[in-house]
Amino acid sequence: MAGFDKVVTSYADAMAGLNNNMTIIAGGFGLCGIPEGLIAQIKTMRTTGLTIVSNNCGVDNFGLGILLEDKQVKKMVSSYVGENALFEQQLLNGELEVELTPQGTLAEKMRAGGAGIPAFYTATGYGTPVGEGKEVKEFNGRPYILEESITGDFAIVKAWKADRYGNCIYRHTAQNFNPMAATAGKVTVVEVEEIVEPGELDPAHIHTPGIYVDRVILGTFEKRIERRVLAK
Amino acid sequence: MALTRDQIATRVAQEFKDGDYVNLGIGIPTLAANFVPNGISVMLQSENGLLGMGPNPTEEQLDADMINAGKETVTAVTGASIFSSAESFAMIRGGHVDITVLGAFEVDVNGNIASWMIPNKLIKGMGGAMDLVAGAKNIIVTMTHADKHGNSKLLAECTLPLTGVNCITKIITDLAVLEVKNKAYYLLERAPGVTVEEIKEKTAGELVVPDNVPEMQF
Repeated sequence: MAGFDKVVTSYADAMAGLNNNMTIIAGGFGLCGIPEGLIAQIKTMRTTGLTIVSNNCGVDNFGLGILLEDKQVKKMVSSYVGENALFEQQLLNGELEVELTPQGTLAEKMRAGGAGIPAFYTATGYGTPVGEGKEVKEFNGRPYILEESITGDFAIVKAWKADRYGNCIYRHTAQNFNPMAATAGKVTVVEVEEIVEPGELDPAHIHTPGIYVDRVILGTFEKRIERRVLAK
Repeated sequence: MALTRDQIATRVAQEFKDGDYVNLGIGIPTLAANFVPNGISVMLQSENGLLGMGPNPTEEQLDADMINAGKETVTAVTGASIFSSAESFAMIRGGHVDITVLGAFEVDVNGNIASWMIPNKLIKGMGGAMDLVAGAKNIIVTMTHADKHGNSKLLAECTLPLTGVNCITKIITDLAVLEVKNKAYYLLERAPGVTVEEIKEKTAGELVVPDNVPEMQF
């Protein structure tokens, strides 16, 4: 790797430095826009005790769900889980911990974490189980709860295209949590469908500037569809 | 007669105004997109990052990178925009979405809503519901008036863990349209053929009934 060139050519290099008990922030919404090859590499590495911050936890045998097979995940921080039987089983057995977090709060926790903001007030969750034990402050007569931001040892991100400098663009709704995840990792790894030379992407159209990105790897994607619904 | 799901959705869609940005929850709320009145244009917001959600795709249009918040494949309408989850919830939390329609297990006269968790059953999570009820300007709850055992879902006080407090203003059920204010349900309309007595019987919280309760118009 020279200068600003972030491209790595093996998944081992892409995830080098990942150790047991680390926190990983993952982009994706359901199975849409997930870094499939990076997740597979984490499975290959057999890293355990992981805390994974991701809106969902995949399905049985695909997406983050494959990391449950060898009990690599200690804790999930998510807004919606349980699309998979293995997840439910490990949750009920007490082998897996889940911190349910409202979806907008989760996105903002990542965004704030990446932006150096340690905590923020939000009305979301006030008066509900999510607000229990959290500081409450009134602004203009309305109560808000204090939510702490999140950063990760690693962030794993799926983008459509990146240039060698790590400037990324996302495709359609595969964007979702990926731009925030990209900002919130000590080491941010982006798996992409296409790598281009610097200058090929319009600078004004970059979603994630390369400053946030440490490694870029060219992947191949199955892009499994969770709920295939066609026009009637 | 109690309304069908499609009829409830039709009545919900009558609440839309031309130029509204609307977020529809899963279930009956989503059906409302099929009954937008003629001459009214709304833009559907899907909280995974799509403003201007279109219908499900044809086989040719099918694209794994185009899904809605229910994880179903969808299309985008002309004039749509696509953005990150943080941007999406900035719209929601910032009060930019005009109407949010969502289902519920229970509501109460304080405008509280319980819609995401039944203790001792598997808890899957709240998704974006807590953000939506905390942020939207106008929240409509749509559900059956009573559960399948006949127990009212319009309570004096919610019994289940809450999704949000003091946020619900309007409720559209299979029996009635009601407004929530002054710690009571104000009966605005009844479903065709449904009596005020039946609505009273199935409303556990305080119900305020005006002299004349018109039938819903379809």
